[in-house]
Amino acid sequence: MKIHEYQGKELLRKYGVTVPRGVYCQTVDEAVQAAQRLGGKVWVVKAQIHAGGRGKGGGVKVAKSLDDVRQYAGQILGMQLITHQTSPQGQKVRRLLVEEGADIKKEYYVAALTDRASQKVVMMASSEGGMEIEEVAHATPEKILKAFVDPLVGLTDAQAAKLATGIGIPEASVPQAVALLKGLYTCYMETDASLAEINPLILEGDGTIKALDAKFNFDDNALYRQEAICAYRDLDEEDPNEIEASKFGLAYISLDGNIGCLVNGAGLAMATMDVIKLFGGEPANFLDVGGGATTEKVTEAFKIMLGNRNVEGILVNIFGGIMKCDTIANGVMAAVRETHLNVPLVVRMKGTNEELGKQLLRDSGLPIISADTMAEAAEKIVAAVK
Amino acid sequence: MSILINKDTKVITQGITGKTGQFHTEKCQEYANGKACFVAGVNPKKAGETIFDIPIFGSVKDAKQQTGATVSVIYVPPAGAADAIWEAVEAELDLVICITEGIPVRDMLMVRNRMKEKAAKGGKETLLLGPNCPGLITPGEIKIGIMPGHIHKKGRVGVVSRSGTLTYESVAQLTELGIGQSSAVGIGGDPINGLKHLDVMKLFNDDPDTDAVIMIGEIGGPDEADAALWCKANMKKPVVGFIAGVTAPAGKRMGHAGALISGGADTAEAKLAIMEECGFKVTHNPSEMGRLLKSLL
Repeated sequence: MKIHEYQGKELLRKYGVTVPRGVYCQTVDEAVQAAQRLGGKVWVVKAQIHAGGRGKGGGVKVAKSLDDVRQYAGQILGMQLITHQTSPQGQKVRRLLVEEGADIKKEYYVAALTDRASQKVVMMASSEGGMEIEEVAHATPEKILKAFVDPLVGLTDAQAAKLATGIGIPEASVPQAVALLKGLYTCYMETDASLAEINPLILEGDGTIKALDAKFNFDDNALYRQEAICAYRDLDEEDPNEIEASKFGLAYISLDGNIGCLVNGAGLAMATMDVIKLFGGEPANFLDVGGGATTEKVTEAFKIMLGNRNVEGILVNIFGGIMKCDTIANGVMAAVRETHLNVPLVVRMKGTNEELGKQLLRDSGLPIISADTMAEAAEKIVAAVK
Repeated sequence: MSILINKDTKVITQGITGKTGQFHTEKCQEYANGKACFVAGVNPKKAGETIFDIPIFGSVKDAKQQTGATVSVIYVPPAGAADAIWEAVEAELDLVICITEGIPVRDMLMVRNRMKEKAAKGGKETLLLGPNCPGLITPGEIKIGIMPGHIHKKGRVGVVSRSGTLTYESVAQLTELGIGQSSAVGIGGDPINGLKHLDVMKLFNDDPDTDAVIMIGEIGGPDEADAALWCKANMKKPVVGFIAGVTAPAGKRMGHAGALISGGADTAEAKLAIMEECGFKVTHNPSEMGRLLKSLL
């Protein structure tokens, strides 16, 4: 799960990380009032969406008067903000963060994440703040420093100080940076985050170290014990189809193609998408129905796939293990009838009670195309939608 | 023979009284030598009772002492699963197989580091398979986990995969071609887990009764590449490789928590290229895994 920048900063503040003073707003008037309340001569008006690259897309503006604040807030609120992380249509901006201006002397990068190879938490830091860290990793990997943290011990002062000095934070500000890194680490662990990134972290003229941005991802498996984090969820930022699917225990992700696919198991679902592509088609979605594919679940899965207007055909690929093929066949037939399916459907079933399942489909009188292998199924659906 | 488990393995089931635990324990008992293999269950509240004629003990330690079991399988719900793993480690079992899906990553991170710390201090090292995995099977001898037993056939090809259904897919292809399996191992789809592709490839390499291996991977993480690089220098047996997720977009978690492209070196194409470079026979067509393997025998 992702959250907004203003929420991330609220979290960081709780863990002792200094962030600019700012106010979360939903209207232009609120934005102007916020600027008045913050005082000063410079403000930053920032679009709040769950995607990076907001500045380049025109979603972050520096205002030098209250009129500027009014103008920029008006421009940004309601705009379709397009960044490299949004869909091509962009994401509608519904929320703003108005902050006091910052006196930026130097920009850095710091982040916490979990490293699967070493099975440690990694604190990353770089002198190259304000840039995409992927670009830094590509062009100048030596400028990314890492500290591998044993979660049984936690981030030590020595590790934090080494990172801070390593990225060039002036000596006088190192103690502040150490406290900040430790706060970031504790926040990361206690909130069950999977990524906590501050980019940029800044050094101000007076030596203050501040988090100018905050990006968080959280482990979905741990949300059950993170009530405060769950309260941050913003459904406006999520794909409505994916939300609907999650209610039924289906893992669904929209893609750009025209062939819907319904599969059991994440790996097999990915492999099914791949084989569609291999035979010249384009998958319209990833959909894992999971272990217990009941008639209700299969029907919902069909409805969600068909909710995508680009879908011109459907491929069902089920490996019946514990779940029997005849059960799946009944589910598919019910779904076809209930959704009045009018696009080609190819079903490939394998495993327990395979013959029984195939027989049921044959006897149903429904226009279902049967296939024995994944490759044959992909070939048939690709031909059917052409 | 096989890797990790065989017909003489004695197994404890943690979470045997839950719905999932009961369902699969019954299936595992029915498979091959299962009746003799599944010797104990654990539930502190039901110690002294039995289920399917299997005695229930109050702790893993008790179960091990009373039955001599060396392996456990875990069906405990996510919130308590990491503690269940640790209990098995403290009881000094040889191998723990965690089927549970949805364990918080932080819990796995803590328990994995505790396991490593214990081993580093000279304590017994317990191997972990999973979590979020189908388990493992030595066809014709023993099945520990949730895979359908009947699609397997006893033989000499090893299978290792992160994905459950994709393991079944490859096993079924082999069986249809008349090729049996020595062991089929599901290592699970979570980012922080126990045995990795590399560990299982080493075991297959050393197993005199495995002639060839199918290694199946997914997008995300360095594990398949690590295994391939080791194989290039050490593997004495032919390997067929497949990676799912050529069409998966970056930044989207494809069902499995671990199936998420982060850098660029962990895309399906990048992994396939490394595997090919390391001498694997790779395929982009998952329907061809069995046939490709057959061509190498």
